[in-house]
Amino acid sequence: MLRRILAIFIARNREFYRDKAGLGWNIFMPFLMVFSFAFIFSGKTDDVFKVGVLTRAGDLTRESIPFLRTRHIRFIPAKDLGPAVTEVERQQIDLLLDPRAPSKYWVNEHSAKGYLAERLLLAASTGSGALPERQSVSGRALRYVDWVLPGVLGMNIMFSSLWGVGWVIVRYRKNGVLRRLRATPLSALEFLIAQVLSRLAVVLSASIIVYLGADVFLDFVMRGSYLALFLVYLAGALCFISLGLIVASRLRTEELADGVLNLISWPMLLLSGVWFSMEGAGPAAQTASKLLPLTYLVDAARQVMVDGAGVTQVLPEIALLAGVSLLLLSLSAWMFRWE
Amino acid sequence: MTALLEARDLVKTYPGVRAVDGISFQVNRGSCFGLLGPNGAGKTTTLEMLEGISRPTAGEVLYEGRGPDRRFREEIGIQFQSTALQDFQTVRESLRMFASLYSRTADMQELIAMCNLGEILDRDTRRLSGGQRQRLLLGIALINDPQLLFLDEPTTGLDPQSRRNFWSLIEEVRRRGKTLVLTTHYMEEAQRLCDEILIADQGHIIARGTPGALVKEQFPASVVRLPLTAWPQGRPMPEGCQVRNGYLEIFGKEVPPMLERLERAGADLSELRVDTPKLEDLFLELIGHDLRG
Repeated sequence: MLRRILAIFIARNREFYRDKAGLGWNIFMPFLMVFSFAFIFSGKTDDVFKVGVLTRAGDLTRESIPFLRTRHIRFIPAKDLGPAVTEVERQQIDLLLDPRAPSKYWVNEHSAKGYLAERLLLAASTGSGALPERQSVSGRALRYVDWVLPGVLGMNIMFSSLWGVGWVIVRYRKNGVLRRLRATPLSALEFLIAQVLSRLAVVLSASIIVYLGADVFLDFVMRGSYLALFLVYLAGALCFISLGLIVASRLRTEELADGVLNLISWPMLLLSGVWFSMEGAGPAAQTASKLLPLTYLVDAARQVMVDGAGVTQVLPEIALLAGVSLLLLSLSAWMFRWE
Repeated sequence: MTALLEARDLVKTYPGVRAVDGISFQVNRGSCFGLLGPNGAGKTTTLEMLEGISRPTAGEVLYEGRGPDRRFREEIGIQFQSTALQDFQTVRESLRMFASLYSRTADMQELIAMCNLGEILDRDTRRLSGGQRQRLLLGIALINDPQLLFLDEPTTGLDPQSRRNFWSLIEEVRRRGKTLVLTTHYMEEAQRLCDEILIADQGHIIARGTPGALVKEQFPASVVRLPLTAWPQGRPMPEGCQVRNGYLEIFGKEVPPMLERLERAGADLSELRVDTPKLEDLFLELIGHDLRG
């Protein structure tokens, strides 16, 4: 059994890496996406400064504090201290003020805008009693590219997994490769296992190359555990490969397979939070988003890379993706037809 | 001789079509069995049931007296009519991959020599000529040193030279004691390779026997073809002739009397052609209708 699986695995790998055009596309495409988005979103926002203000009620009573009357500063009410401080660390806000006595403020040592916002705060506070107490934090700014990269990697895994098995197996069925294999002692399960393993190897290797390449050129953040990130992408790839197998189990033409794969992948591309956060989206879109596997893949990858999560924090997502994979794999083995 | 493979009352129906309608026959060990018929006769459908690729709607296929099981897969070889091999593989890699799928394999060096694959071992399988490709597919079909070999129209689309070379190859395979089942369009092929042939049309057997006997019984030696325009207008057609594709055709064992009849009728013989009847002509004789498709 193992020998037969290995034979098909090797043949499929060869087919992949000798197809220079396909190989180039698999590596080049995600780079192109990351770079173009890094370029498009490199512009600054309109606000001169963003300052978070801790309030229990969630509204700002500006009159009492002179600093809050400063023009051209956007004041953002914040309820909880923890997340607000994280935003200062990532330079998503320039300064965080807790006006309640004894008043304090948090500023990022590495932020130029933080430095200027601090000057303004201190100037406005002079003569109105005690100066607020300085709390220093540090951390790099979270750029869009840092936020989008985990999503782009996930998206690439989705495309490569879906088409790499879905489209390829349908092509095999149409041109008679499956028929020829069927005439041998190879079983359907052995064939499917070989396809899954080959695609996993391909998808993960390609992702590692893209990751390393992006690391050289973009210097993005990676705060969490590499093991966690690997497991997240592994579970995600397995999930999309299984989904691709289901599409491939019966269809006879590549055109139809292509259509079905597009139908599956485009909603995910838009609703899984690859390009923008779903937090501001409507309730219907948010619900739809929660039904898509890519949402969990991107979410978990972002937790690891941006929020510094370890294996335990992303275990629920990994387990969910692995569970769905198992279900889809069994279903595809049951549905599979050689012809 | 004992039957290696037996088909019993095979029936295969697709929605609206009865592709194979109760076909029975035996294939003896060490023989070469030919399935002939026009397109749509049910040749390939029958072959697929024999190969275990498709399940008969009714009836059964017995290999050494038993239904096809896993051992059957190990002991047969198949050359399909149209097979794509996985892309980006060389001839050697394709052979090795298929060899890995079987528990018993033929001697690779001997197989390469026999199928004349030595010079193209490192060539990408997509860059093979028609003849080379058929030789590779035969090599793959023989990779497990099978007892029983199925060939589905193995020489369709080959040039005459490659076809003849392929026939020699099949004869070499036969000398090694393999049992063969093949389908073909070519009477010449069946005559050269087969011990026994079965002619099917519309899912029924319409003739069976050794090629020699069939030819003697059913096959006139010659056909004389004359353009219709060469026939004098208004004169009644000669007896026993038929009109097809703008030609007048007369079948017969002896050519001179046929020519005499035409000349007497005043026909213009300048565009006359005399052919050896082909499978197509045999069908006209046997079933009285044209080949479909």
